[in-house]
Amino acid sequence: MIGRSYSFKWFGIELLAFLLALVFLSPFYFVIVNSFKSFAELLTDTAGLPGVLHVENYLNAWKALNYPQAFKNTLIITIFSNLGLIIISSMAAYRLVRNKSRMNRILFSMFMLAMVIPFQSIMIPMVKMFGWVNLMNTFTGVVIAYMGMGVSFTLFLFSSFIIAIPKEIEESAVVDGCTPYGTFFRIIVPLLKPMTVTVLVLNSLWIWNDFLLPMLVLQKPGLQTIQTATSSLFGQYMTQWDLALAVLVMGMVPVMILFFMAQRHVIQGIADGAVKG
Amino acid sequence: MQQAFFIGPAILFYSIVIAIPFFFGIYYSMTSWDGVSGNAVWVGLNNFSTIFLKDPEFGQSFWFTTRFTLTAVILNNVIGFALAYLLSLPLKSRSAIRTIFFLPNVLGGLVLGFIWQFILVQGFPGIGKLTNLSFFTLPWLGTEATAYWALIIVSVWQGAGYLMVIYIAGLANVPKDLIEASVIDGAGKWQILKNIIIPLIMPTVTVCLFISISWTFKMFDLNYSLTSGGPYGSTESVAMNIYNEAFGNNRYGLGTAKALIFFVAVTFITLIQVKLTKSREVEM
Repeated sequence: MIGRSYSFKWFGIELLAFLLALVFLSPFYFVIVNSFKSFAELLTDTAGLPGVLHVENYLNAWKALNYPQAFKNTLIITIFSNLGLIIISSMAAYRLVRNKSRMNRILFSMFMLAMVIPFQSIMIPMVKMFGWVNLMNTFTGVVIAYMGMGVSFTLFLFSSFIIAIPKEIEESAVVDGCTPYGTFFRIIVPLLKPMTVTVLVLNSLWIWNDFLLPMLVLQKPGLQTIQTATSSLFGQYMTQWDLALAVLVMGMVPVMILFFMAQRHVIQGIADGAVKG
Repeated sequence: MQQAFFIGPAILFYSIVIAIPFFFGIYYSMTSWDGVSGNAVWVGLNNFSTIFLKDPEFGQSFWFTTRFTLTAVILNNVIGFALAYLLSLPLKSRSAIRTIFFLPNVLGGLVLGFIWQFILVQGFPGIGKLTNLSFFTLPWLGTEATAYWALIIVSVWQGAGYLMVIYIAGLANVPKDLIEASVIDGAGKWQILKNIIIPLIMPTVTVCLFISISWTFKMFDLNYSLTSGGPYGSTESVAMNIYNEAFGNNRYGLGTAKALIFFVAVTFITLIQVKLTKSREVEM
């Protein structure tokens, strides 16, 4: 008897969690279902399933968004920003953790300080400076901006990971004749792999979804990212929901795929980053 | 030499993007720079007196942002913690359900805003017709009060799942034997939560408050795509006010002055919060 009522209670809690999750998911349901409806059907029957699948919404969205171009632009920016961030942040984190001079302590807090500076406080002069050195409307400019903005958080994640690596490993490498550079690239870099994956996924989600920075720096049409292209489309087709919803779904799909491939790293990375802070 | 090799590149990018623009910003905040012409005329503290004395909209956006942050942060943390508590129980489907609650975080604020625009303008009236619940037929983006709550709903829908992940990590660190001991001593569920779990996870609370405050206070993308500050500027966040001032009105000098005030406010608020909650942390 006790066993039965116990499992009944757990079933109730499980059901509650499940229903809550359904409520959380419902916005996705609305967007996806309606993206396949004609405009008239979407207005009269928003909650139901589509009668006929209007796949042409997606074909129109593909063209309106200039999807291949926007996708390519976003991908290039994300890849190069990630590469740069991983290289500069892991090197700096290694040195700052292993060489705790007074100077390095100050530098470390300087990097951490940047995490409270709102982007709005630097964006106006940054745009001005980019204008001086011809970085406006270039991918190089955007990548540099992401590297500067992301270096603090990435460095923080790497340093929390490097602290846990036993020093003895490096010492034996030095005894075997490894230079300090060799120690880093041959011993430390391979050990950093799990954290590198986490950093890669977290920074990719951020850069892929970022809107304000590409809007400010990339103003020419051919340079639009998925986010800025989506935004400018919405300005034009505000109420044309059949097209707009398909645009939204097409913007969502790549990050969703990335997330489902790497969700363990995302969730672990957020938990680690927060707990060690 | 090694110092320059390892830290040099990080410092270089940090300087170009964060440090130098930040100091330039302090200079520009005291000019009447319009962003177009090359010359920025020095005006001293004029911009600041303009902001404080003649710009009620900035004050209004600050007041909106403060109220919004307060409500959103409390709801986000309470719901995030409740979800974490629920999903720390040994449920069979808990890892799948955790993923679902986290899912909105995979999308950017811009897309979230457009998604919810559709749901509030089209989806809610649709549900309202089916269920006859007046909650769903409110003019969600049409009035000041409802637009405020629309933003809150979306920010909780997104933020709670993120905080949940951090709270789950915090809850996992609470020693099980401590809870077992208190059960033996006859403590109820509520007493365990209040007297053992919450004091022990205060470091997590500090982090979650820090993250949610700085996020919500800096809100831009969601604001831009969901309400654009409307109706009648009533939901214009500070970040959006700064953006509009600089790039909409071409008053870059005034915009940077606002951005500087914004920076001071963000730093001040987060420092106070961290100090306050840190003082409540206990050692295990």
